[in-house]
Amino acid sequence: MSFGGPTLGLKENELTLVQKLLGIRWLLLILIGMAVGVGVIGLVSVGKGRFEPWADRQILRFGVGLIALFIVALTDIRIWLRLAYPLYALALALLLAVHFFGTVAMGAQRWLDLGPVNIQPSEVMKIALVLALARYFHGLSYEDVGRPHYLIVPMLMAFAPALLVLKQPDLGTAMMLLLGAASIFFLAGVRFWKFALVIGGAVAALPVAWNFLHDYQKRRIHTFLDPESDPLGAGYHILQSKIALGSGGVFGKGFMQGTQSHLNFLPEKQTDFIFTMLAEEFGMVGGLTLIAIYVAIMIYGYAMALRVRHQFGRLVGLGVVSTFFFYVFINMAMVMGVVPVVGVPLPFVSYGGSAMLTLMIGFGLLTNAYIHRDVPLPQHGGVPA
Amino acid sequence: MHRDNSRSSMFTRRAALLAGGQAALISVLIGRMYYLQVLESDQYALLADENRIHYRLLAPQRGRILDRFGEELANSQQNLRALVVAERAGDVARVLAALREIVPISEHEERRILREVRRRRSFVPVPVIENLTWEQFSALNVHSPNLPGIQPEIGETRGYPKGEAFSHLIGYVAAVAESDLTGEPLLELPGYKIGKNGVERLQDDELRGKAGAQRVEVNALGRIIRELARDVGQRGADVTLTVDAELQAYAADRVDGESASVVVMDVVTGDLLTMLSVPGYEPGAFTTGLSQRAWQDLVSNPLAPLVNKTIAGQYPPGSTFKMMVALAALEMGAITPEYRVTCSGMVELGTHEFYCWKRKPGHGSLKLVEAIEQSCDCYFYDVARKIGIDKIAETSRRFGLGHSYRLGLPGERPGLMPTRDWKRVTYGQPWHPGDNFNAGIGQGYVLSTPLQLATMTARLASGRAVVPRLIKESGGKPAPFADAPAIPVSSANLKIVQEGMLRVVHGTGGTAKRARLPDGLGQLAGKTGSSQVRRISKAERQTKVRKNEEKPWIERDHAWFVCYAPADAPRYACAVLIEHGGSGAGAAAPVARDVMIETLKRDPSRRQPGERIAGDAKARET
Repeated sequence: MSFGGPTLGLKENELTLVQKLLGIRWLLLILIGMAVGVGVIGLVSVGKGRFEPWADRQILRFGVGLIALFIVALTDIRIWLRLAYPLYALALALLLAVHFFGTVAMGAQRWLDLGPVNIQPSEVMKIALVLALARYFHGLSYEDVGRPHYLIVPMLMAFAPALLVLKQPDLGTAMMLLLGAASIFFLAGVRFWKFALVIGGAVAALPVAWNFLHDYQKRRIHTFLDPESDPLGAGYHILQSKIALGSGGVFGKGFMQGTQSHLNFLPEKQTDFIFTMLAEEFGMVGGLTLIAIYVAIMIYGYAMALRVRHQFGRLVGLGVVSTFFFYVFINMAMVMGVVPVVGVPLPFVSYGGSAMLTLMIGFGLLTNAYIHRDVPLPQHGGVPA
Repeated sequence: MHRDNSRSSMFTRRAALLAGGQAALISVLIGRMYYLQVLESDQYALLADENRIHYRLLAPQRGRILDRFGEELANSQQNLRALVVAERAGDVARVLAALREIVPISEHEERRILREVRRRRSFVPVPVIENLTWEQFSALNVHSPNLPGIQPEIGETRGYPKGEAFSHLIGYVAAVAESDLTGEPLLELPGYKIGKNGVERLQDDELRGKAGAQRVEVNALGRIIRELARDVGQRGADVTLTVDAELQAYAADRVDGESASVVVMDVVTGDLLTMLSVPGYEPGAFTTGLSQRAWQDLVSNPLAPLVNKTIAGQYPPGSTFKMMVALAALEMGAITPEYRVTCSGMVELGTHEFYCWKRKPGHGSLKLVEAIEQSCDCYFYDVARKIGIDKIAETSRRFGLGHSYRLGLPGERPGLMPTRDWKRVTYGQPWHPGDNFNAGIGQGYVLSTPLQLATMTARLASGRAVVPRLIKESGGKPAPFADAPAIPVSSANLKIVQEGMLRVVHGTGGTAKRARLPDGLGQLAGKTGSSQVRRISKAERQTKVRKNEEKPWIERDHAWFVCYAPADAPRYACAVLIEHGGSGAGAAAPVARDVMIETLKRDPSRRQPGERIAGDAKARET
């Protein structure tokens, strides 16, 4: 495969727009819409029964996200295959830029001010890393994956952005990047013992890593281990979140009746802790409903990805689904006090534009892979000889 | 294609494993939800309520203190004030500086506020300034955005409408001290005040009432969102005293400028109709806090405005004690009423000489009633020598001397009734015959308070062991009252002494003839007394005994007069002490007479509230 001309190799097996549109799984979009709907209900509650200022903007962002999803989904997959590395390089460059020129917000340097738009390079990286790793493993044969030296490059590809994000400091996103990357390694067939080796090495390096953590991160981990030790300080979030959740009971306190949330005992209830508020107001029934929607999305994602016949599409598809899963799991586990407090939003539900766009583009890529499931992609296309 | 197939089947296997792992993690979440929302739900629901529902104590309104006719002696008035919550103020000193532009705050006050802020937990409001005018209060409310942490509040302040004349009796309320804290949450309320002296302290439990409580919903910042329930509590009960406020105010006017005590008592019931100690102090001053300077002035004033002389002042009773000596002697049969002593103005005991107040030429030959009438010292030197101190002490005790009545007012002191044993134990010395001489005229070791002498007089008048009674009604119930038992003395003997007291005022040689009552009010029986503050030296005696008026104020004798009226059917007893007043007849008796006239006119023991006072237009006007 060469980069000779923009149209070379794309003309053959080109799908018509109609074929593409037929490939879109509308049920997936409906499930995502349901998750966004749950989020809108929560944001209306936060807004004390009003759509502004949160719910309306969230709906708008969903609309923008849908457009992005369609554009991404309908673009020929070979363009994505070809753009995988350049996109990764761009994302890495942005991360470096943010490291040097970024705007500090909420105590962390995450944003890059580009005049009219602020972009969060770590969000771009979530997609770019999935694409780049998928592209890399797409080019490796079954045997190649078994050879350790082939794993050095993708490991660097994963760790480099993760470290940059950790420096920002954003522990949550760094974890998300590594877990997403690990999923792709795992799906690509990397042996279990190699994972064991890396994890073992990481554990051994923990004491060293501890020193690189910021005080607030150390405190969060410490607080996570013993939240009651500091109920008015750093442990406040976890404790109040558990109280709100627990007091919701099976059926909840009712829409807009969540006392803990509405009396502001619960922090960041429209963003990271929105699940707590939903679970307080709608109880375990409401919480399980949302989880069911998420599980349905994931099952659908698996089903779609498994029908893709090329490695690139499969890896991108499940890479996206895994990233989505880790969003869900880390956020919920955090608000329930299972993992330390890290800034990971609840996908489609938490108020916020970056995560929404990332996820919609991600699901656009999944849909794209599904649409182009039968398009033959040359295995060694693009892999440097 | 084989390779791709193996890659594909590897992918499928791995995808299944990954899905399995993710399903397991989702199960963990669901399990955790079940634990929090089902198993532990009750506990978290409770914690949630603790979070949002706060109890706030509402201070009950303090009960009033009333005189026997319902006149207010202490009440509770609206108090516009400002508090500061350190937590919300941030830099308290800066907020106070901003506040000073609206209301004056002295540096002394600022130090107190900052000290209190440091001492208390940061969310406890600390009083900044009290008794604001309505204009100041409105200004505070308008400027509240610029005064973070300042809370304007309508509180309550204690008022004492009758002023200084009642300061010792009523006492005052003041802020709760560290040592007052009992764990009772009411005491921790900002600016809450408790009784610190007088009746305010004695009846504090009744006056306090029961704290109300307010259940409020608060948000995470502690701001009240709404009230859920309110229990208004119970207002403190009024306390009614036996005192007649107007009578006491009259007495206070009468002794204005002196350092004195006046007690008027009902000889039947023991009701204290007046219990005055002057000078007093402004009772409200202690409620709002005294400046260092004002405090120094009070402490260094030679007239001792802080001492309730009526119960805490112990003085030699002087000649007013002679009734006790006479009665003791009659009771033990040591003398008869006809027993005569010839007074030559002086008695010798060994090398010591004891003088009569009428040194030259002396009283001549006197029998008992005459000795009382003329207050002859030599007569009582002789009688005291005959019967000894222990007999005198025994009788005195029956008449209320030498012990406390446990009125419950802070500072009440027992006086002193010496005995032989007492002197041996206290000084390790035997009782000398000379001590008898001194005791016989109420000098030496004998000490008593004005309240004790009033009680002694009431008991002499009624023959009953009446006990001073200050509280008439408390907590809506009349204070328990029992008829006083008769004192076991022969009524014939008592009559002799009463006869002597009558002759003090009405006899031809009486020491207080000027104390006679105007016509229509009956006869007054009494006894003068002058108690030496300072021993008269022998040298002085040989040159010239200075008259009281020639001595500096602090060296003059204390002047006493005790009396009761009407003599034929006693109802009221009165004791007057003028510190350093000179002679009892000159300084105390006229006061006692005027107070007794007023008492008899007002007749407070028989009069119902609202009832008019017969024949006195002036008293009705006020």
